Amino acid sequence: MSLGPYTSFIVASYALVTAVVLILIIAIAIDYRSLRQRLRELDQSGITRRSGRSAADLR
Amino acid sequence: MTLIDLANPSKFLSLTARVLPWLAAVTAIVLAIGLYQSATAPDDYQQGATVKIMFVHVPNAWLSMLVWGVMSLAALGTLVWRHPLADVAAKAAAPIGAAFTFLALVTGSLWGRPMWGTYWEWDARLTSVLILFLMYLGLIALWRAVEDPSRAARAAAVLTLVGAINLPIIKFSVDWWNTLHQPASVMRLGGPTLDRAFLVPLLMMAAAFSLLFVTLLLAAMRNEILRRRLRSLQMMQARAFSSEVDAGSREKTVPFGAA
Repeated sequence: MSLGPYTSFIVASYALVTAVVLILIIAIAIDYRSLRQRLRELDQSGITRRSGRSAADLR
Repeated sequence: MTLIDLANPSKFLSLTARVLPWLAAVTAIVLAIGLYQSATAPDDYQQGATVKIMFVHVPNAWLSMLVWGVMSLAALGTLVWRHPLADVAAKAAAPIGAAFTFLALVTGSLWGRPMWGTYWEWDARLTSVLILFLMYLGLIALWRAVEDPSRAARAAAVLTLVGAINLPIIKFSVDWWNTLHQPASVMRLGGPTLDRAFLVPLLMMAAAFSLLFVTLLLAAMRNEILRRRLRSLQMMQARAFSSEVDAGSREKTVPFGAA
């Protein structure tokens, strides 16, 4: 597939979109893991929610 | 589960845990189809293969405005109905909207250089989208600057509603002013002027990016709910610690007072 004389502009556009979307996905996933970890640590230290459920419980 | 049930953050978390894997899978499939259709779309008779930039530029540009629209509805939810998840949704949507706006600006610039001969022009469409991007950054900064989430939510909601004035300006800028940017060719009263060979992949990519937005928004909202849970538990822990310290210091002072 030939992209003509402006290949670099087309490839740069798609590469940039891919990179930014991946950064968003990875940032959200890392944030989620970090939050779950900190909630588990609090849970292990004996701090529980008012409902009595575990802090790391997703309910 | 009714809509009102989703006002309960715990029920919302339970729903996202079930829905997110399916939503991510559907997004990946639609995105793969959209990318395939974009790759196999014919060259434009004037622009050549450069037209392929449109398949990523236009969905990002649409979503940059749609996300602010969603945040404006959430702002109403915060100010009028005080819905517990409204400001969570707005706060979670802002970085995603900023990313889409950034991509719209940069891919537009990369499309503009070969087609217009310039990366940037201070015309009404480009400038109003740049202002939208700066407003996203301002809103993110506001949320980070105010520690109390409920106070930050009200200030951010007012700013979001004021910023919504920019949406019709962006949309109609190409009609109201003489701009380098082309007028609307898909969302217009007389129907799309775009050929079907380009319209189908464009709509597929728009659907894929919209699904991506919903998936990322739900995941980011889940994170925000967990962050608030963490904050309240840490405050509970700090209160328990300070009351222990108070009790300890009182015990030490009692013998002296009793004497």
